[in-house]
Amino acid sequence: MIQIEHLSKNFKSLQALKDISLKISKGELLAYLGPNGAGKTTTIRILTGLTRPSSGTARLNGYDIQKDVLMAKKQYGFVPQAVNLDQELTISENLYIHGQLFAMTSTEIRHKTEELLTYVELLDRKKTLVKKLSGGMKRRVMIARALMHNPAILFLDEPTVGLDAKIRRRIWALIKKIQHRKTTIFLTTHYIEEAEFLAQRVAFLDEGQIITVDTPQHLIAKQGKWAIDRIVNDQMETFYFQSRESANQYNNENDAQCTLRRVNLEDSFLAITGKKVR
Amino acid sequence: MIRGFTAVYLREILLLRRRLIKQIPSWSVSPLLYLIAFGYAMGRDMVIDGYTYMEFLIPGLISMSSMTQAFAIATEINVARFYWHIFEEFQAAPISNFTYVIGEVLAGITRAFCSVMVIIFLGTLFGVSLSLNLFFWLALFLNSFVFASLAVSMAMLVKSHADQGMLTNFIITPMAFLGGTFFPIDRLPVWAQNIIWFLPLSHASNAVRQASFGQTPPLYSYYLLLCVGIVFFLLAIFCVDKAKD
Repeated sequence: MIQIEHLSKNFKSLQALKDISLKISKGELLAYLGPNGAGKTTTIRILTGLTRPSSGTARLNGYDIQKDVLMAKKQYGFVPQAVNLDQELTISENLYIHGQLFAMTSTEIRHKTEELLTYVELLDRKKTLVKKLSGGMKRRVMIARALMHNPAILFLDEPTVGLDAKIRRRIWALIKKIQHRKTTIFLTTHYIEEAEFLAQRVAFLDEGQIITVDTPQHLIAKQGKWAIDRIVNDQMETFYFQSRESANQYNNENDAQCTLRRVNLEDSFLAITGKKVR
Repeated sequence: MIRGFTAVYLREILLLRRRLIKQIPSWSVSPLLYLIAFGYAMGRDMVIDGYTYMEFLIPGLISMSSMTQAFAIATEINVARFYWHIFEEFQAAPISNFTYVIGEVLAGITRAFCSVMVIIFLGTLFGVSLSLNLFFWLALFLNSFVFASLAVSMAMLVKSHADQGMLTNFIITPMAFLGGTFFPIDRLPVWAQNIIWFLPLSHASNAVRQASFGQTPPLYSYYLLLCVGIVFFLLAIFCVDKAKD
């Protein structure tokens, strides 16, 4: 489980995080949703011990990331936003080095490598140099590497950024599979569909502050079920409705430039912050 | 958790092994040019303290190469840090800063010894055979330890890959030319000798040269290299911690 209390981070005059508190239960997947520059990566860097907080505490399975650093680091696996694999080494060499960093024996590493590469469907590529893999394959290797030491918590920092829709869905399926192992997952994303599809709860982050935390269903329901986007005076305006019938009725009474669609998390984020996630 | 140093070390060695076919010629080019230009052409008839210039030059080149190759680990760390972001993988692992520094320093020492073997081989091609005794290897080990530790510190302090090149120009190049590689230090004015005496490479060159001639080098050079190495090693641990922000 992850427990964050009154976490703040200042970079000189910039206040990147402002008094963040959050609790994520064992086996839960929380999506940390916000626009670029909201403070998502800063939060994840503090939780993984890569950056020091200016104030506040963070505990991973009860271990303080500042005071019990080494024990806290054993609790999680981390998939950063940028690909940080050794491009000139093979997939299995990358996994072997990770296993050694976590004091695994050679036999344990070998078994786990076979198991995880089967899991991410890359076993036949284990002797391939990382630089010869596609972007999606590299992401899958990074996820396999993060799971090598059986972590209780998995941090995924924008795991599908820059990937095409087909590969993105493949990564989602993999994350769903990991969820079934009762791994606690902290996922940062700015993809609405990703948060909606994967998360049990969503935290909205804007300008370094958590605005709200709730289930995607509740957040969406607060706006209504159906939305109509309409151009009014060269500006896009959105109107929300509880039923499709009332939305259709509105549509019929107005011009044909209206678009009817289901309400999503973007609408909820827009309603609360006045901004779009992307 | 000290066991994790093998992971840091193994990574560097795997990369080195993969590039070895390109690396060996690259380690050979500069020493070969120095041997041809200075040793064979310019210094052919020169005698220093009863030894030919070629015999004088090769131990100097060995010391210089152990310094430059040990320091070159800084470039590897920087590429891993700024370009590939692999340093994050080490930072996120449950290993101490001490463990990380040991792994990188040992990798620097290994690189240095590989390049030394290449120069010893080139020396035999030029007809110079050295006395490769314990004093010889110990001086090279300590010299590599000093510069690999300095390299880790510098790699953590710089903010970009370009800064690293500047540091090499300010630290390594003057040391290479003034640290007793190409000429005896006693040919310089006394004030300059007093300054150069503080350069670790001067002591390493002197110790390696005397050891390779079968003489016993002054022990204070070894103590000095050890002390400077420990200071740089501790500095490296401090700098790795500072690199967090």
